[in-house]
Amino acid sequence: MTATAENTSKESQASKRPRKSDRTKAEIRLGWLLAGPAFFVMLAVTAYPIAQATFDSLFSFRLTAPDERSFVFLDNYLLLFTDGMFWRIFGVTLLITVVTVAVELVLGFALALVMHRALKSMRGLLRTAILVPYGIITVVSAFAWYYMFDINSGFVNNWLSWVPGIDSDLDWFSNFGTAITVIMASEIWKTTPFIALLLLAGLAQVPDELVEAARVDGATKVQQFTRVIIPNMKAAIMVAVLFRALDAFRIFDNVFIMTGGDANTEVLSLLAYNQSISRLEIGLGSAVSVVLFICVLLMCVLAVKGFKVDLASGTDSSSGKKDGGK
Amino acid sequence: MASSKRLTGRQKLGWAVTTILVLLYALFPVAAIFANSFKTQADLGNPTFWPANWTLTHYEMIFVGSAQDLFLSSLRNSIGITLIATFVAVVLATLCAYAIARLNFPGKRIILGAALAVSIFPVISVVTPLFNLWRTIGLYDTWLGLIIPYLSLTLPISIWTLSAFFRQIPWELEQAAQVDGATQWQAFRKAIIPLAAPGVFTTAILAFFIAWNDFVYGISLTSTEAARPVPAALAFFQGASQFEEPTGAISAAAIVVTIPVVILVLLFQRRIVSGLTQGAVKG
Repeated sequence: MTATAENTSKESQASKRPRKSDRTKAEIRLGWLLAGPAFFVMLAVTAYPIAQATFDSLFSFRLTAPDERSFVFLDNYLLLFTDGMFWRIFGVTLLITVVTVAVELVLGFALALVMHRALKSMRGLLRTAILVPYGIITVVSAFAWYYMFDINSGFVNNWLSWVPGIDSDLDWFSNFGTAITVIMASEIWKTTPFIALLLLAGLAQVPDELVEAARVDGATKVQQFTRVIIPNMKAAIMVAVLFRALDAFRIFDNVFIMTGGDANTEVLSLLAYNQSISRLEIGLGSAVSVVLFICVLLMCVLAVKGFKVDLASGTDSSSGKKDGGK
Repeated sequence: MASSKRLTGRQKLGWAVTTILVLLYALFPVAAIFANSFKTQADLGNPTFWPANWTLTHYEMIFVGSAQDLFLSSLRNSIGITLIATFVAVVLATLCAYAIARLNFPGKRIILGAALAVSIFPVISVVTPLFNLWRTIGLYDTWLGLIIPYLSLTLPISIWTLSAFFRQIPWELEQAAQVDGATQWQAFRKAIIPLAAPGVFTTAILAFFIAWNDFVYGISLTSTEAARPVPAALAFFQGASQFEEPTGAISAAAIVVTIPVVILVLLFQRRIVSGLTQGAVKG
């Protein structure tokens, strides 16, 4: 294995020529031999199911009555799009996405700046601490937040009883505003560390000299931040926001654990789950799954085309470096 | 950025306060559920943070008591399924990333692009067809039935992170070692493996976190203790009686499954951070 790689790596510069030598062919074969299994496993576990889901979504198909399966073309989608409930659920999902990502961006920046500026001796401690929410199971985080606010066992009502509107009778999970707040709080708590670490890596790439130069030129701290630091880490910010937005749009665990969709907190993933797994309405559930998939795809395309987020930027730059170095 | 300048007293105080705030932020909810897990059933009805009387009842319940069937089997499932899914993903991704970092072949972009696409894929969209298919071919509620979809979680991040790591390895070392008289295999083993191993290890930790965290597959593709992993099992806990909430038992189980996460974080925080950021930002 290494023998071939060994020989061919010397050859790679020459391989830019259009004519393919035997060695290049061998390299291509080895490349796909090594990378192929991972590639095909990935395709098999996602591309096939989504194709199947798209197919299923065109049928009226209930697992409890498999014989009554009939082709209905786009009726499932029509049913969804003409149902006010779907749009409410869609709105809730979008609301969660926008609010959590916005808050996480601000909080994440604060955390990143703290870690960036912190003394060396403190960095390890800070990093260790914020990795706990990152690594913890989402369901555990959901239960932790649920019990804090729970009307029976929670202490929040007691602690915050001085706040107008909060008293021991407040059931946070019985109405939309309060329930969605706790759901979003747990989501924000769990995922801010991820954004913070990405931003920290972005901060590290801003040249110190630039900030120093701005300081010498009389820029205030705020100006240094808004005019020098942020523009220079735009790529890191955009990647972090996009990744988190795509992730937030798929939110499921917290909602399932905390409210199960009650108090109008149902989200798209939960709708798909309820249709397919609980009600065994494979046709309708598949339609929801496909809609969810298309939404995520659209967000991605929009970000990449509209905001010029180069998701593969890192790869490009380092592969460029690598090619250049050879 | 951390300057070597001496800090004034006020700055020191500022940093102390900041550090405490960050620690509070990160650990408060964990502390809350930790406290819950030691509360007596009576305490669980009181709106206080710490238990008035500490008790191990809930830990007894999940390890040797009435919830042990549910918890221990799910713990075994979680550990087994997660470790296998992580191992398979890391092996496949190591081969794949080696090819991407070292070989020149068309399709590299496609593979990295596919990894990215799979990582943003809504898990729930995969679940419905898998649910149907698994029931037909008998993979529903089995370990294999979870290991296969878990690869969709663990493979993309493994490929990205490992490609990033492998790009930074000075592969010339291998040739240098051979010039110095080492055989091909010796050169690979002595020069390259020690450099590549930390990256592989870090990737395994990240993949483990992701698989350990799964809930959607776990709750949709299992129905019994045969394969149900812990996050899904937590949703099935029941109180000692009909009128009792299973708060204590769930909290205790939650703490137990958080322990591996905390240990990994404590031991490898530096690596985890570099792995996370390399895959996503630096590439």
